[in-house]
Amino acid sequence: MPVTVKIPTQLRAATGGEAELEVSGSTVGEVLDAVFEAHGGLRERITQDGDLRRFVNVYVSGEDIRFQQGLETQIDDGAEVTILPAVAGG
Amino acid sequence: MAIENLKCKECGATYDLGAHFACEHCFGPLEVAYDYSGFDPAETKRKIQAGSQGIWRYADFLPFEGRPGDPLEPGLTPLLRADRLADRLGVEAEIWIKNDAANPTHSFKDRVVAVAVAKAQELGFETVACASTGNLANAVAAHAAAAGLESYVFVPANLEEQKLLATGVYGTNLVGVRGNYDDVNRLCTQLAETRPWAFVNVNLRPYYAEGSKTLAYETAEQLGWELPDRVVCPIASGSLFTKVGRGFQEWLDIGLLEGAQPVFNGAQAEGCSPVATAFAEGWDVCKPQRPDTIAKSLAIGDPADGPYAVEHARRTEGGIDSVTDAEIRDAIQLLAETTGIFTETAGGVTVGVLKKLAERGEIAAGERVVVYITGEGLKTLDATRDRFRMHEIDPDLDSFESEFTQEVSV
Repeated sequence: MPVTVKIPTQLRAATGGEAELEVSGSTVGEVLDAVFEAHGGLRERITQDGDLRRFVNVYVSGEDIRFQQGLETQIDDGAEVTILPAVAGG
Repeated sequence: MAIENLKCKECGATYDLGAHFACEHCFGPLEVAYDYSGFDPAETKRKIQAGSQGIWRYADFLPFEGRPGDPLEPGLTPLLRADRLADRLGVEAEIWIKNDAANPTHSFKDRVVAVAVAKAQELGFETVACASTGNLANAVAAHAAAAGLESYVFVPANLEEQKLLATGVYGTNLVGVRGNYDDVNRLCTQLAETRPWAFVNVNLRPYYAEGSKTLAYETAEQLGWELPDRVVCPIASGSLFTKVGRGFQEWLDIGLLEGAQPVFNGAQAEGCSPVATAFAEGWDVCKPQRPDTIAKSLAIGDPADGPYAVEHARRTEGGIDSVTDAEIRDAIQLLAETTGIFTETAGGVTVGVLKKLAERGEIAAGERVVVYITGEGLKTLDATRDRFRMHEIDPDLDSFESEFTQEVSV
């Protein structure tokens, strides 16, 4: 199913400047794999040994996936996945 | 001394001195790097002592190309010996209270905001903004007003009324977000991508965070250019905790101080303790929590510098503890009764952890302990409600005598 993935400024060099990607997948993990398929340079920037790097936050429709099922979090049709740096605030 | 660049704390990649905060390679946080070569400790000490009566006396250690300015200069807050508190805690240590409520907007946030607003001006921004749990909101609104900049302040809509009122008065655009601090923070991270604003704790965060080092510099200077043996410091994002450590380390590295890093004890509220939990569990990441505590100024469930705070506590053989809301209220009263300092809930968390350390026998005789009180009690008045009784009398002597019969009889 189609999912919109929002790409933060810091990663746009790896997407040719694109701020939004349309991919498909039914979990966060599948969606990210589809993103890496399209833009190979993103994989090592946000993952390490198959897990998200420690300063990467991923949200599904505004909700942090760590409060859901992590990479197994289900994605509803038309949902929005947002990737953001975790190093703001405080 | 000169600032060199921004450097990723995770992978070491470097960036120009612009409004960047996250590494493009690994998303790690960026930190300001300095060139300390050719540094003369004796000359620097003289220069500091001849400097302004606030944080700009440490300008050589702050991230500016030129000389920073700020009409609301914070800093040089009192460092007070608290012997009566030590007695009540039953420790034979020197307890010192660094009362950072004595800043222009009554919290340590004036330090970081003064640095961020001066940097925003150096970089040519006309609007400053922030995601805040309250104290930062007060400071951004005030320093923007003083500097003549426009400001946008984002806070959780359910914040303490005192903090909302003490922000709105400065004429800022005050935005209450229906969500918790972590929701506010996410929204601001997104807004920072599209608005040409200096979000002090988002795109200017590497500079902003440097302001906390001045708490370490002042502590050392006020102790006669010596280090404490131990510090007790609150943890929200973990930035203050780690930057106080960095401040001490810089002065050790360049020879302004001798000795070793103090033992660092971090303090969190039990209702929002992701960093204390990570410390206890031995994790190198913090599992986010949904905050539920009266210590709203520390209520960050997803702390950006949490992993570094855990590392710093471990490295200095310290620890990170948490206290309950009841313990926070008791500790606010304990500090007030023994020192005359009325702190907000965050200070209650810090003193509550100090009390725990004392009860566990971790504070040795003769130790010099500095406790960081980061905010003012008048901002969280509800925490002291119903803890004492007012004597209400008629305006005549009989009424007074009958109320106080037992107390004054001999």
